[in-house]
Amino acid sequence: MDALITDLKGKIIHQLNLEDVKPEDIDDNAPLFGSGLGLDSIDALELIVLLEKNYGLKIENPEAGKEIFSSIKSMADFIKENKDK
Amino acid sequence: MSKRVVVTGMGLVSGIGNNLEQTWDSLISSKSGIGDITWLNTRHKNNLPVSEVKLSSDELVGLAGLTSKNGYSRSSLLGTVAAREAVRNAGIKNINEYRTGIVSATSVGGMEKSEVFFADFLKDNTKGELRNIVTHDCGDTTEKIADSLGIKQYMTTISTACSSSANSIMFGARLIKHNILDRVIVGGTDSLTKFTLNGFNTLMILDKDHCRPFDDTRTGLNLGEGAGFLVLESEETAGSKEIFGEITGYANANEAFHQTASSPEGDGAYQAMKKALEVSGLSIEDIDYINVHGTGTLNNDLSEGRAMERLFNSKVPLFSSTKAFTGHTLGACGGIEAIFSFLSIKYNTIFPNLNFGTQMKELTVSPVDKLKRNVAIDHVLSNSFGFGGNNSSLILSRYRQR
Amino acid sequence: MISPNQEKVRSEEDVDFPEFIKALYQRYKIDYPKFYKMDNLCKLAFISSEILLKETGLKQKYSDEAIGIVLCNSSASIDSDCKHVESFVDKANYYPSPSIFVYTLPNIAIGEICIRNSIKGENALFVFEKFEVEFSVNYLKNLLDTGKAEACIGGWIEYSEEGFESFLFSVERKDKLEPNQAIVPFSTEEIRKLYLKN
Repeated sequence: MDALITDLKGKIIHQLNLEDVKPEDIDDNAPLFGSGLGLDSIDALELIVLLEKNYGLKIENPEAGKEIFSSIKSMADFIKENKDK
Repeated sequence: MSKRVVVTGMGLVSGIGNNLEQTWDSLISSKSGIGDITWLNTRHKNNLPVSEVKLSSDELVGLAGLTSKNGYSRSSLLGTVAAREAVRNAGIKNINEYRTGIVSATSVGGMEKSEVFFADFLKDNTKGELRNIVTHDCGDTTEKIADSLGIKQYMTTISTACSSSANSIMFGARLIKHNILDRVIVGGTDSLTKFTLNGFNTLMILDKDHCRPFDDTRTGLNLGEGAGFLVLESEETAGSKEIFGEITGYANANEAFHQTASSPEGDGAYQAMKKALEVSGLSIEDIDYINVHGTGTLNNDLSEGRAMERLFNSKVPLFSSTKAFTGHTLGACGGIEAIFSFLSIKYNTIFPNLNFGTQMKELTVSPVDKLKRNVAIDHVLSNSFGFGGNNSSLILSRYRQR
Repeated sequence: MISPNQEKVRSEEDVDFPEFIKALYQRYKIDYPKFYKMDNLCKLAFISSEILLKETGLKQKYSDEAIGIVLCNSSASIDSDCKHVESFVDKANYYPSPSIFVYTLPNIAIGEICIRNSIKGENALFVFEKFEVEFSVNYLKNLLDTGKAEACIGGWIEYSEEGFESFLFSVERKDKLEPNQAIVPFSTEEIRKLYLKN
C-alpha cells in the first residue's frame, strides 16, 4: 500500500503540475480539494485522466469522483480495490 | 440623435435546416437536429450525439456558389452559404453601393482540415497535405466569406469562444452607430472538429444523450455546427426595405472567475444582461422573451438561471433554450440565436425548450417547453456566454418607425 | 491625458522557456501556485503583468472595473493547440487533457491576469501578424477618453515554437497621476520607440 501511495503522490504532482509540492508535503488523509492541496474542478478532471492513464480505471460520472478523490488514501483504496478487476 | 441599426436580411444553416425556411419548419414542428455523428472521422462516432449540418462539404460547395472546395474549410463553406442567403434576403444588388463591411466570428476556423494534416505530420514531418493548413486561421474564414460576397472595404474577425458572433453583432452595430460603415454583414460560423469534441469531452460537459437545458437532471451539452449571418444597416440606408428588427441593446462583461466555468451566482451573466438593458434604455418589464444561452451544462444553466432571477426578481420573462434543436454551435450560436429571436418577433412565437421535464431545484422558474404562438413579443434578450469569462447579451427589438 | 510605464523582461541565453519563466516567478517571489498550471503563453503574460502591476501599483489605485487589458499577439494559442491535438490523434495513446484544452484560446491569458487580480474591466486580445502599435494605442485611448477605463494595460505577448516576446505597458489618465510619478506621454510614436528599444 505504501508503495502505491508514494507512486500515486508522484503521479499527481506530475499530472497536476504541482511543481512547488514534494510527496512528503502531502498528507495521506488531508482533503485534496477545498483546503489541503486546494485543487479545483479542472484538477478533478485531470485526476480522472490520471486514473485511466496510469491505472486503467475509468470513471464515467464526475460526481462519483468526489468520494474517490477526497484524499490520497481514498484514491489509493479505490485503485487497490478495482485495479485487477 | 444616434443612428438606429436595423436588420434587413438573415441567413443560416444548421442541423435543423439549410436555410431560413427549412429552419422555421423544424422549429415549429419541434424537430431537433441532434443525432449520430456521420461525417467526422472520430472515435466518438456512435457514442456522442451532435447536431451536424445535413450536407457534406461537397454539397455545401454548390450552395456556396463555388466550383471546387479547394482552399475552403467547412467553416468557410457554412459561413458563405449563410452569408449569401442573408445578403440575398436583404435585396442587395450592389454590395459596395454603400460603405459595407463584414464582421465574422469563428472559434475553430479551418481546424477541421488542420487536424487531419497535423495527425499525418506528427507521424512523419514530410507528410501531410499543405492545402489542409492554408485555411487554418480564423481570419481566413472571414476572407473567404468576404470574397464570395465581394466585400472589399472592411473586414475583421472576432473569436471569443461561445460569445463570438454575439460580439460580431455588437461590433457591427457600433460601427454603424459611429458612422464608420453604413452596412455590416455580421455573424459567425463553426464546423464540428475532433479538437472541440475531444476537448469538451475531456471537460466532461457533454451529454451522451440529447441535452436537457434547464432541466434538473441535465448532464451536459451536445456540440453542433452551423453558421448564422445578419445584414445590419443604418435606418437611412435600409430605406423602404423589409426590416426584421432592430438592435437596441448590447453589452459584454468580463467575469474574471475561471478559465471555462461561470461563477455560480452568475455575476458575469448578470452584468451583461443588466448593461445591455441600460444601453437599450428599456426596463426589465419590457423584455418579453429571453433566448437563453442554456447549453445544458450543470454550470451554465445554474449560473444563468440565478442571474436571471437576480435581475428580474419575481418577474422573469418567458424563456427557452434552442440548443436542444441546434446543439451548441460555439462561435456561431450568437448569430443563429439572434436570427431565432427575430423570427420570434416577426411571428410572435416562442420556440420550445426541448427535452425539458423537471424544474431545477435551485430556481423558481422553468422554460417554455411547448411551441407558443400568438405571443406579443416586442423585445428579446439573447445571451451568449463564452469561455474566458466573456459574457455577451443582446437586446433585439421589433422595429417601429418614430 | 495618459502616461505609460514600461517593464523590460530579459531573455537569458541557453535557458529554455519553462526554466526561464520559473526563474522569474521565483526571483519576484510570487506566491501563486496556479502559475504552475498555466500554459506557456499564460505564464508569460502572467509574470509580465505581475512585474508591471508591482511597479505601478495599479490595483491599489483603481477599482476592479476601472482597469482594462488589451493585448495582441500573432500566434494566438498555437502552443497549447498543438499539444491538445497531439493528446488525441494517436489512437494508441489517447489521453486528451482538460488542463491543456482550457488553454486553447489566447484570451485566457488575459483571463488569468484578471482572475489573479480581480480585474473586471474591458478585455480583448487581437491577433495580428506583428504588433500593431497604432491600433493598440487608439483602442486604449478610446477606452480612457470615453471613461470606459481609468487605467489600462496594453502590449504584445507572443509565444510559439519560434520564440517568445513580451512587451507590456500601463497607461493612466493624466488627472489620476500622483505627483512626481515618472511618466512618458502616450502616443503611437512613444510606444513604438519603447517597443523597438528592446
